[in-house]
Amino acid sequence: MSEHQILLEAHAVAKHFGGVKALHDVSLTIRRGEIYGLIGPNGAGKTTFFNCLTGLYRNEGGHFVFDGARLAADAPHKAAEVGIARTFQNIRLFGNMTAIENVMVGRHLRTHAGVLGAITRNSATRAEEAAIGRRAEELLHYVGIHERAHDYAKHLSYGDQRRLEIARALATEPKLLALDEPAAGMNGTETEALRLLVEGICRDGVTVLLIEHDVKLVMGLCGRVAVLDYGEKICEDVPSVVQRDPRVVEAYLGGSVA
Amino acid sequence: MDTLLQQLINGLTLGAVYALVALGYTMVYGIIGLINFAHGEVVMIGTMVAFTVIVSLAGSGMSPLLVLGVGLLVSVVVCMILGWALERVAYRPLRHAPRLTPLITAIGMSIVLQNVAMIIWGRNYITFPPMIDKKIYELGGASFTNVQVAIVSLAALMMLGLIYLVHRTRIGMAMRATAQNPHVASLMGVDINRVIAMAFIIGSALGAVAGCMVGSYYEIAHYQMGFMLGLKAFTAAVLGGIGNLAGAMAGGLLLGVIEALGAGYIGDLTGDFLGSHYQDIFAFIVLIIVLMFRPSGLFGERTGDRA
Repeated sequence: MSEHQILLEAHAVAKHFGGVKALHDVSLTIRRGEIYGLIGPNGAGKTTFFNCLTGLYRNEGGHFVFDGARLAADAPHKAAEVGIARTFQNIRLFGNMTAIENVMVGRHLRTHAGVLGAITRNSATRAEEAAIGRRAEELLHYVGIHERAHDYAKHLSYGDQRRLEIARALATEPKLLALDEPAAGMNGTETEALRLLVEGICRDGVTVLLIEHDVKLVMGLCGRVAVLDYGEKICEDVPSVVQRDPRVVEAYLGGSVA
Repeated sequence: MDTLLQQLINGLTLGAVYALVALGYTMVYGIIGLINFAHGEVVMIGTMVAFTVIVSLAGSGMSPLLVLGVGLLVSVVVCMILGWALERVAYRPLRHAPRLTPLITAIGMSIVLQNVAMIIWGRNYITFPPMIDKKIYELGGASFTNVQVAIVSLAALMMLGLIYLVHRTRIGMAMRATAQNPHVASLMGVDINRVIAMAFIIGSALGAVAGCMVGSYYEIAHYQMGFMLGLKAFTAAVLGGIGNLAGAMAGGLLLGVIEALGAGYIGDLTGDFLGSHYQDIFAFIVLIIVLMFRPSGLFGERTGDRA
């Protein structure tokens, strides 16, 4: 695999909480343009991995190389700046802002007007604000919730809130979109719509890292899958191989499916 | 009847000042949950700086209105820098400390600023030179001055500007997002430290304007004036629901009116046992009642869950 095909490398990432090893030397490689799945039983360290990657946690060991440069993950806004965006397992929208405003916050990074511009209302500021608004509308359209643009985020349905989180993450123009259990709590129809959306995002050139409990969704969607168990990566391969790996069956499927 | 109207007008003027100062408390609280007890001192420094500029320009032959304008501008700039420096030096190093630590630091900064002001401007009352010819207007048996009109309209303008900034601009959106969830906001690329600094800077600018208003309304200033003014404005912010901008504005105006009415009628109510110089007790009666019965304030809302 040549150098430029690799988007993210995790090198022996370790994180512990007191005596609990949440992540134990986890290494993995994500290629540009793929949908990469990260699965594992509850408490396996999937979300911890996301939090280290996006700078919410500081990992004690190892490091990330993103897009050819070592990730200085000491502040979340820097992770966002190099092109990593994420959604949350437990939805974390700005509930008291409208849907479109949530997306507009996501544009913060790629726009520049400061207080001076806000006060003087110069033409550059106004043009930028108009562009932010337009782009936010496009993104709401893209994820399919543009009719709810001016509703408060907290008033949206659960599925729409998940879509809004994705739109907000896309607004930062990420190279890597990290989705933390996007299908949690969705019914079959919603999950299917989500699958189409994620495939579309990937087709449009964004690499996707997916944490998911819905095994069917992961196996259908992901090109490659890594399995975490008790903070260790026990397997990494294409879905059909992962599904039959005895360690995975033991750890994740409870040993009864094989 | 004329006492009522007169006190309403006075209360509105005072309330406009409280509201501007209260906004400084509430913006900072809304974003980092800190009650910046040094904010009253920032306002005091604003008054003092304006005083110095106005006195030194008064004999220069510039038009009085221009002198006032320059005084206001310099005072705003100095306070913005002061607000920024306070956050940078005193509060940012304590960002992850227990809540009580920055609170005590704030009280410490308040004492430091008072003493610095005492060294620079002395311990006596200083008198503002009258720059505007006071005009008095009559309205239904009550009177008000052009200074009062200027105070109320400038305050209204500042508040409208702030509402616009917070709700319609990129930086305002970042501030609201940070107030609701700082971690998620930073994942969206918002630099939290910048937003916090901005809250201090904007709050201090509003405080400086309020300080100039107090100076030109009462025409005197004193290095300890920030203490009581700060406490009243804090009360106004709590009354409206601390962390809520509209609440701070409404709370400020309401507190001003309550205080003025209280001062106007306290003599009649107590058979002249207490005079109008007891007006300060009303603010604190309000504070106690609010804290007892509605600690989240009039417009109070639960802030979003923290990440």
